[in-house]
Amino acid sequence: MNLPAKVKVAFYWNASCGGCEEAIVDLGEDLFKVLEAVDIVFWPVALDFKLEDVERLSDGEIDVAFINGGIRFSEHEKVVKLLRRKSKIVVAYGSCAHLGGIPGLANLWTKASIMDYVYLKAPSVVNESKTLPKEITQTDAGDLELPAFLDALKPLGQVIDVDYYVPGCPPTPNVTLKAIETLLSGKLPPKGAVLGASARALCDTCPLNETKPEKLAIKEFRRPHTFIPDPKKCLLAQGLLCLGPVTRGGCEAKCIKANMPCTGCFGPLDNVLDFGARALSFIASIIDQRDEEGIKKALGPIIDLVGQVYKFSLPSCPLRGLIKRKEV
Amino acid sequence: MVVVTINPITRLEGHGKISIFLDEKGDVKRAFLQIPELRGFEKIAIGRHPEDMAQITPRICGVCPWAHHMASAKALDDLYKVKPPSAAVKIRELAYNIFMLEDHALHFFVLAGPDFVIGPRAPRAERNVIGMMKKLGAETVKRIVLTRKKLRDAEALIGGKPVHPVMALPGGVSKPLTEDDRRELLSVAAAGLELADTAYKLLKDLLRNEEYVKLITGDIYVHETYYMGLVDDKNRVNFYDGKIRVVDPKGREHAKFDVHDYLKYIAEHVEPWTYARMSYLRTVGWKGLVDGEDSGLLAVGPLGRLNAADCMATPRAQAAYEEMYSTLGGKPTHYTLAYHIARVVEMIQAAERIKELVEDPEITSPDVRSLPTSAPDVGIGVVEAPRGTLIHHYEADERGLIKKANLIVATQNNVARMCLSIEKAAKMLIKGGAVDDGLLNMVEMAFRAYDPCFACATHSIIGRVPLKIEIRDHEGRIIKVITNVD
Amino acid sequence: MSKSEFEPRIVVFACNWCSYAAMDLAGTSRIQYPPNVRIVRVMCSSRVTPEMVLTALAEGADAVLITGCHPGDCHYLVGNYKTLARYTLLKNVLDELGLGDRVRLEWFSAGEGERFAQYVRSFVEEIKERVVNLQASTPEGGR
Repeated sequence: MNLPAKVKVAFYWNASCGGCEEAIVDLGEDLFKVLEAVDIVFWPVALDFKLEDVERLSDGEIDVAFINGGIRFSEHEKVVKLLRRKSKIVVAYGSCAHLGGIPGLANLWTKASIMDYVYLKAPSVVNESKTLPKEITQTDAGDLELPAFLDALKPLGQVIDVDYYVPGCPPTPNVTLKAIETLLSGKLPPKGAVLGASARALCDTCPLNETKPEKLAIKEFRRPHTFIPDPKKCLLAQGLLCLGPVTRGGCEAKCIKANMPCTGCFGPLDNVLDFGARALSFIASIIDQRDEEGIKKALGPIIDLVGQVYKFSLPSCPLRGLIKRKEV
Repeated sequence: MVVVTINPITRLEGHGKISIFLDEKGDVKRAFLQIPELRGFEKIAIGRHPEDMAQITPRICGVCPWAHHMASAKALDDLYKVKPPSAAVKIRELAYNIFMLEDHALHFFVLAGPDFVIGPRAPRAERNVIGMMKKLGAETVKRIVLTRKKLRDAEALIGGKPVHPVMALPGGVSKPLTEDDRRELLSVAAAGLELADTAYKLLKDLLRNEEYVKLITGDIYVHETYYMGLVDDKNRVNFYDGKIRVVDPKGREHAKFDVHDYLKYIAEHVEPWTYARMSYLRTVGWKGLVDGEDSGLLAVGPLGRLNAADCMATPRAQAAYEEMYSTLGGKPTHYTLAYHIARVVEMIQAAERIKELVEDPEITSPDVRSLPTSAPDVGIGVVEAPRGTLIHHYEADERGLIKKANLIVATQNNVARMCLSIEKAAKMLIKGGAVDDGLLNMVEMAFRAYDPCFACATHSIIGRVPLKIEIRDHEGRIIKVITNVD
Repeated sequence: MSKSEFEPRIVVFACNWCSYAAMDLAGTSRIQYPPNVRIVRVMCSSRVTPEMVLTALAEGADAVLITGCHPGDCHYLVGNYKTLARYTLLKNVLDELGLGDRVRLEWFSAGEGERFAQYVRSFVEEIKERVVNLQASTPEGGR
């Protein structure tokens, strides 16, 4: 598919922290170059956001829609479905749209337990009438509506058909630029591709790669606040749980350069079904122990394994609705 | 019954919506600010490794991730009862002031700037960033854009990346600064001071415009509430640390407390029509959405901090502080639009503090980590986010995992007052059913002053909060639509 | 669904050398065991990845049993140590997600046909007993 000269672009966000918007701003001067090449037809916070206006566009009139944030509210679901109809290409931008993101960890809890804590049990809350936010509130002046908080947070691909993904929390300026360049080039990769980032794991471009031993054999993992690592040696080899080997590269190893291990925000490499499962496999393969007791000892202080391997991708786990969500 | 709905998809850590209800006479009966945003971070925290909270909580807000990163770091220090080395505290404070300057600058130049520089009464078509470029000159705008990039790069230098930094750990920071880093940061400090100066000059120009001063000091944008902010031991504004001080509408100290006592002073109210909890002073009580000495409503952020403190902590900022209060007729000042002025005063302090810290020889010390020795128990930390007081409270279980978390997130402290501001502006401007374009900008200004967390230049390329007013008759049919977007 | 109606579907991964031979032996010896198991042969138990286990559960298996040679007897020397490590970590995560009782690891030597049959008999009963059908018990029905 070839894109026209002045590409029609739309932006939308769902349950988003705003970091993906900041990522666009951080393009700096390059942003203006991008703006010259595109015609923004829908940008809820900059232009007329009215849904009816988008509905008036013909189907497929928008060339590319960039959507970030996870689907958390009924309103989000409504708008992304509309955007799908009206767009030729939909790009899931950022970790939340790609995999669910950190807010996806809320899927370990039931909706009721979240509402119960936030509005009734949190220590600073004073709420004798046990009021909870409602979809419709009748006041003496009229009715007020709120969108419904959905039972689970979903990444974009579980609600609409997604053409491409731009990974990262947030995507770096370089990744964003490369992704946009790819889209504007007219030579589109196969559907479902991850744009702008590397096809290889982070280790490949990590500044500490040369110090990574050929064969890793971890006797015991360590947590970052319990020791001071040598900043010139592979962090994984020193016992930090660095997910570099199973995470897509392209981020320029910014966290490693700050002496902190990779937490996996760029998500899995191609042909990996589930990031968390792949990470578990990798961690197991470098544990140098032969019995259950020894394996547990090697895992050592890593108690919250779910939080380590599914930090950004829990909603994408194939188990989905099978997960027993906690009440308390 | 006529319903007027203002539906911006502008962000208060998310989206926001304003609904205005008119009575039979066409006057405003009620106006509501609804925040339809909730992700459940207090639940997400449960079961996590405590040190992960420093990277999890910034995902609450990608505009002010540093605020959460630092509040979390301090809560973690407390959780593990570990004291970071002095150099680590200075590095954290340095990064934090760089962030404050950068964040305030983004709001001032891109969001609020057009109102000031071009003027609140100027035609809409000119009152945006393009208009700014014409008025300020391409050279000045280019320098502002470059300085912002310098500040963002400095954040990456210290913290790994500007959005969602990684450097803070319980007991210190992950990376010391080298002499090369320090040299780079010296030039960042110089650029920062220039940026703050540029903002200040613009502001002073504005304040020579009597019409604008009348708008600021007029009846529409004023509430007499309590004010809260962090102060150091000399009651000077401090963004990173100190005690929480609250003054009453007359400026008298109402409370000054360590954050560990926050539950004695701060409580949160729940309304069914918004997902945001609204904080208020427990010591005064929730009296509804009203201001005055008997109501526990607060204001935080630049106006809250300057009112709650006795003075600024750096000389040029102090001069600007004094000038602000003399222009506005004394302290405390209740004019909501004074937020914009206070924000610039804070930019100056942030810039001066950056220079002080970069010139401190200890900033390049390699000793930046203390290793915790106690098991984690309870930890509470506070910083002043650009938008206001931010508190992180964690409790750990016997396995050392987070078992409970409570977060009082900056803008929450302002939400109730924002509701007041919007309702007041609506009531004073909409009479007899007459709704016009001028209304839009005026209501925008009530909202925008608080800098609710939607400061992001992507949506401000046009430089205004997009508003649409739908006027519906009692059967819900739209009879008139007014929008500020062409 | 009552216990008598529910027939769990259990995926069993068997290594080519020891555990599959045990299952073969059970077969040739005409030892009866419930038909609830679907046996998938792999060259080594360490071939079984957490992804495969998750896929089995997500696609409708009520339980998964990973089998291999006893420690020290692996045809490839160290494969089953890797299996043990993978399983231990996966179980940790599945426990947290409320699904830990549906995945097991057990070693069988080539001559343990009867033992395998016995294990399956009691595993099927346990799953019937403790686990209501995975699909029926969750709000989204699994997908």
